[in-house]
Amino acid sequence: MSRSDAVALGLTEDEYDGIVQIIGRQPNAVELSMFSLMWSEHCSYKHSKKLLRTLPVEGPRLVLGPGENAGAVDIGEGWSVAFKVESHNHPSAVEPFQGAATGVGGILRDVFAIGARPIAVLDSLRFGEPTSERSRYLLEHAVAGIGHYGNSIGVANVGGEVYFEAPYEQNCLVNAMAIGLVRTEELIKSAAAGVGNQLVLFGAATGRDGIGGASVLASAELGDADASKRPTVQIGDPFEEKKLLECSLELLQRGLLVALQDLGAAGLTSSSSEMASKGEVGLEIDVRKVPLREADMEPFEIMVSESQERMLCVCTPERVAEVLAVCERWEVGGTVIGSITDTRHMHIFDDGVLVGDIPVEALVDDVPLYDLEPAAPDAPLYPAPVATISADQAGDPRSALIALLRSPNIASRKPLFEQYDCLVGSRTVRRPEQADAAVLLMPTGSAIAISIDGNGRRVASDPYRGAVEAVLECAANLACAGGEPLGLTNCLNFGNPEKPHIAWQLTEAIRGLGDACRALDVPVVGGNVSLYNEGGGGPIYPTPVVGMVGELPDPLHAGRTGFAREDDAIAVVGPFTPRLAGSELAKLRGDALPTQLPEIDVAAVRAAHEAIRGAVRAGRLSSAHDIAEGGLLTAVAESALLGGMGAVLELGESDVDALERLFGEGTGGFVVSGAPDALRALGEHVALDVIGTVGGDALDVTVAGESFVLRLDDARNAHAALGELFA
Amino acid sequence: MKFGVLQFPGSCDERDAQLACARVPGAEAVLLWHGDRDLQDVDAIVVPGGFSYGDYLRVGAIARFSPVMESVIAFANDGGLVLGICNGFQVLCEAHLLPGALLPNTELRFTCRQVDLEVIQHDTPFTNLCATGDILSIPAKHQTGRYVAPDLPLSQVVLRYVSGNNFNGSQDDIAGVRNAAGNVFGLMPHPEHAVDPLTGSVDGLRIFESMAARVPV
Repeated sequence: MSRSDAVALGLTEDEYDGIVQIIGRQPNAVELSMFSLMWSEHCSYKHSKKLLRTLPVEGPRLVLGPGENAGAVDIGEGWSVAFKVESHNHPSAVEPFQGAATGVGGILRDVFAIGARPIAVLDSLRFGEPTSERSRYLLEHAVAGIGHYGNSIGVANVGGEVYFEAPYEQNCLVNAMAIGLVRTEELIKSAAAGVGNQLVLFGAATGRDGIGGASVLASAELGDADASKRPTVQIGDPFEEKKLLECSLELLQRGLLVALQDLGAAGLTSSSSEMASKGEVGLEIDVRKVPLREADMEPFEIMVSESQERMLCVCTPERVAEVLAVCERWEVGGTVIGSITDTRHMHIFDDGVLVGDIPVEALVDDVPLYDLEPAAPDAPLYPAPVATISADQAGDPRSALIALLRSPNIASRKPLFEQYDCLVGSRTVRRPEQADAAVLLMPTGSAIAISIDGNGRRVASDPYRGAVEAVLECAANLACAGGEPLGLTNCLNFGNPEKPHIAWQLTEAIRGLGDACRALDVPVVGGNVSLYNEGGGGPIYPTPVVGMVGELPDPLHAGRTGFAREDDAIAVVGPFTPRLAGSELAKLRGDALPTQLPEIDVAAVRAAHEAIRGAVRAGRLSSAHDIAEGGLLTAVAESALLGGMGAVLELGESDVDALERLFGEGTGGFVVSGAPDALRALGEHVALDVIGTVGGDALDVTVAGESFVLRLDDARNAHAALGELFA
Repeated sequence: MKFGVLQFPGSCDERDAQLACARVPGAEAVLLWHGDRDLQDVDAIVVPGGFSYGDYLRVGAIARFSPVMESVIAFANDGGLVLGICNGFQVLCEAHLLPGALLPNTELRFTCRQVDLEVIQHDTPFTNLCATGDILSIPAKHQTGRYVAPDLPLSQVVLRYVSGNNFNGSQDDIAGVRNAAGNVFGLMPHPEHAVDPLTGSVDGLRIFESMAARVPV
């Protein structure tokens, strides 16, 4: 195969020359297609690996770090929680229902591939403004796809987030995070071991779907002809995956396996070569033994197909019969397709005839890693958002509040999350909108808190501080539920890293993530990088999405977002310096993005998290809510709406502008409610300002001598605005 | 008291149902595999929620032909207590153990929501620890829960959705029905997800406790 064949498969000419040099000859069709997948950005992280190595990956509770199918942290009494977030952006932009569905399927397989039973899913979605028909189409079908897969397989979808911004118009983002539960001693790794051991492929038959998914689709910018890439999108079948899940867990529970790996991007090629690489062994595979949907598939097609719902395991020859019997019991096809050798080569046969021979190391480890060439842009990268409210509306606190509650980035997510089963598994202590983080009961009697966060517009304004904010925001959500972070997973969604300004965004954001994780002492347990997120309209906002798992000892004292008791005092807590620049209100009135965000005192924010967490865990607060999009007054309104109780607020004189006080954003701020004594006690640990009282059926706000009243019913109508998108 | 909870390929809430049964004082619960005909001498059967056989062809249509269901049908015809929840309700309708059918929700969308149910009959093996008129707060989650049974006698309506809670469009707000003999009961909402104050309400536990109260120890 020639250079031009390689370029058509997404490799560069230099990479092709490197392959020829490594294997000492021209690769044939099977070999070149395997290289094109394994050396793609999606599989090799060749543009991000050097940066990712700067992230902190160690912590006292870490059980499994980056490099395995998912990370895991210790929650005590022999139990671990596994988790990971992954993107399925380009497939979702091309075919949203199947793209989003298989995104969920893929991340669930990552979790049960290490032996954990999946217990929860969260999702992080980005679309263009809902005024566009395309965005509404992508939203409706992506949400339906996520629901279809998660609901059918019986894994609770307990939380998530969605933002609507013009730069995602062409290239939507669909990130899914899965959480699993496993006995620590039963974690299984993916390293193949034991010469002579057998390779068993089980699950769905292999077809022609998803060919080139990881290379041509995921590792390139989206073009105008994206409909022609539909055949690269995989088709999901949650029923098949449900059987695969139960079958895999039973195989592990019976101790029948040496290693287990899921088939995701690059299918059989990546799963088998990565197992061989980790185990420092070789493999023989005969593609004619693979059960096929279409009998005439070429060897290269079988090796790179991304057909869903397949797993690959290694077992000793004596165990093969038992493994196949378990597969049969679950009505999941199981077939021996090869064996482990000591050659350190991948030998691919077609009915006994050798059709491919590649050193494992060449495929997995020899991919060239690139240094980025970052350069800060000298002109704004993104146009100012289109104004959707007038200057008069934005300047009047009551109208501004209504506009914010209605805005797609703040309005209630109920029309979305009601399409997901948040209860299956009988662990859900806090459902969506009950607390800032989801809370799940653990078999130890304690609980975990989980959240997923990432505000692309803030990162676009300031990649370093925006990324720090994402980590702090996620930790703040955990704190409001009473959770202390144990580990973090991230999905880095960026544009084309070969462009200097995107390289700069990526470099700065990873520096911010690393610094914030170190400041909080939270290790990164793994994650995913999604680059080339650019359509015809330019790059997306740089969007690092952060997922965290935290623990709380007593689920009885899990925090709540909504006000819960009349006459409670309301206070704003923490080192909070609100600014309108980069805020949701600034977006609504069409302000350009700022060129930087204010400096953050991370240590002070961490101290505030600790104070809030301590008060929640002690049961001293009726509600705790992190101040985020829409600022202080939006946070109060949300607590009022979720609790079904109004509030009387009295904000005294200040030299800060009233709009900035009410709607400015920044890190470190919380709205809490509780008995006056409890708030006084909290105030001994952290800056605290009592601003009002819970009660009534309206928001009654006085700021700097001016007053207005917004009835809760009117606020609720505004907050229900997303319902119109699903009518 | 021994409950048996069926397990089909694609069942999702069978472990939840097993946990709920085990919360009844003195009760145990075993899983019954779809391919086995042996009901292991259980005192009552729960057909759980989920997507048996992927809901392919039509919800509940394939599960109804599984080997275990032959035994369940015989058990029911012999007077044994059978509770069908969500997909289990759909299976029991397909098996003609219960009247009527479940159609796609009016809005054609999966919805997961806590709903209020009014107890219409308390003198059944499934509601005997409730009073007529009691309101039970229980979650519902499904896409195919619009109950239709044009000729259903009123005497077989056990639970109704309280006004404003019937999101699936069921006929006459019917949420739960029994067979004429009274020993088979099905509902779309999930009582097994309302048995622990930590995860919501405990109103669903009364259904399982009622069943245990009817079975001689």
